Amino acid sequence: MNRTLNIALPKGRLGEQVYDLFEKAGYGCPALREPNRRLVFENEEKGVRYFWAKPSDVAIYVERGAADIGVAGKDILLEYRPDVYELLDLGMGRCRMCVAGYEGFRDDLSRTLRVATKYPNIARRWYAARSRPIDIIKMNGSIELAPIVGLSDVIVDIVETGKTLRENGLAPLETVVPVSARLIANKARYKFRSGEIRELCARLEGLLKEDEGI
Amino acid sequence: MNASLLPAERVSLTLRGLYQSFGYTRYRVGKFEEYDLYARNRNFLSDDRILTFSDINGQVMALKPDVTLSIIKNTRGDDRMRKVWYTENVYRVPRGGDSFQEIRQTGLECIGTVDLYTMGEVLMLAARSLETIAEEYVLEVSHMGILTGLLEARRVPPALAGEILVAFGEKNPHAVRELCRQGGMSDEAEALFSALCVMGGPAEETLPQLLALPLPAAGRAAAEELAAVCRLLKTFGSFRVEADLSVTNDTDYYNGILFRGFVDGIAAPVLSGGRYDHLLNRMGKSGAAIGFAVYLSELERLIDREGEYEADTLLLYGDGCDPAAVAERVKELAAEGKTVRVQPKGKAEIRCRETEEVTG
Repeated sequence: MNRTLNIALPKGRLGEQVYDLFEKAGYGCPALREPNRRLVFENEEKGVRYFWAKPSDVAIYVERGAADIGVAGKDILLEYRPDVYELLDLGMGRCRMCVAGYEGFRDDLSRTLRVATKYPNIARRWYAARSRPIDIIKMNGSIELAPIVGLSDVIVDIVETGKTLRENGLAPLETVVPVSARLIANKARYKFRSGEIRELCARLEGLLKEDEGI
Repeated sequence: MNASLLPAERVSLTLRGLYQSFGYTRYRVGKFEEYDLYARNRNFLSDDRILTFSDINGQVMALKPDVTLSIIKNTRGDDRMRKVWYTENVYRVPRGGDSFQEIRQTGLECIGTVDLYTMGEVLMLAARSLETIAEEYVLEVSHMGILTGLLEARRVPPALAGEILVAFGEKNPHAVRELCRQGGMSDEAEALFSALCVMGGPAEETLPQLLALPLPAAGRAAAEELAAVCRLLKTFGSFRVEADLSVTNDTDYYNGILFRGFVDGIAAPVLSGGRYDHLLNRMGKSGAAIGFAVYLSELERLIDREGEYEADTLLLYGDGCDPAAVAERVKELAAEGKTVRVQPKGKAEIRCRETEEVTG
């Protein structure tokens, strides 16, 4: 079997931050910094192969074993509930999953609440736990538009700074769950690569604690 | 070229012999079952979506998503010991999938009295099943009683206990710590839970570490039972067994020993099983039960078909060719022990080692 550790990283700013941490931990792959359109980068000496994946797909690559480990947002893990190990909170890309709506929004309990979201499973579970009947409107982007044009009463979405909400007269109403990037591992691969994965995990944790001054 | 068996076929045949050699008898189930059985035990299934249809008498039926429930339904629930094995197709949506699939699985169930020997035998058969599939395998074992003992001793409410079990399944120590804090547990309890959550490795190293922890009486009894089963397993032979508390399952159905098997090269568990007295009792039967399933459909990923020939010779013949001459040549090639694909001249959709043309 191939002994290279396959690592799926989320494309974009978060992925680059995560790679910086991996590099600092001794798992660098210089080719990854070169400006090109390649998707897979390998450092044979370090025994690592990285690939960039759409952030929402990282968990699929890991769950299906195309990647041994990967980094995915807690929002994606909660929405799709992939059967993976969640080994470490990397503390990066911190934000909140919120219910948001017009400032001062009052829930009219005599009507079904219309909820626009990219995260139907998270929204469904949140309201089911409160026995609140809802109508989920599954969106793919620009969720903030939904309450403004009357498509929904509220939205369930990621809030980083809240600037987009504020500029559109909206506000976070409730925090569903805090979100950050997590190191995940395929359960089967972990059984046969536990030494390497535990070592990598310990090095990353050490660096994170250093950063926190612990 | 010899006729080759696919990995699932080879494993299925070998396991049949293995289970029969320990006195397990064949159990055959039909493809259909009354839907009501699954509606009443929805959480026992890995996915609650079920293919249903109306029978001619209007009864709602299902294509079986599971075999264990049917075997229990058919069990008398008296003191007779039942040891059975099966190989069946089930119909369900695999985890992470988005459509129904026909899944081939084999497995065994042991219903009646489940004592230390029985648990050891079932675990040994699970380990030997994995050995049959691949040289590189891991059988990971756990015991539901360790965690439930801890949770009950600390009177953790059921909803929070469920979340802690999920976090254990994810090997997620930060979530376990957070949940302990939510439950108002002491620092000492938080440290114990997070230590257990990441604990895992060869059973002979991990179990002594586990037993050294300050476990409550019920949890300790469970850990000791797990250690005793692992010791008994050693009597049967040397197997690659890891103790790992991330193996958890629904407490409404499972109790006692739980286990899961992996082989190198397949990204999902190929075997899972455990003790399910609670399911048996929920279905109104007395006694205890333990069993496991091997997911034969997963094994198709083990074969590397690259460069493999499906026949030795591709034998082609033209329009005016004498069929007797073709038959004669086929006979000669077969006598040489070769496999032959015969067809009129043209492209073949299979890979053959050599191509030959019959003239005349």
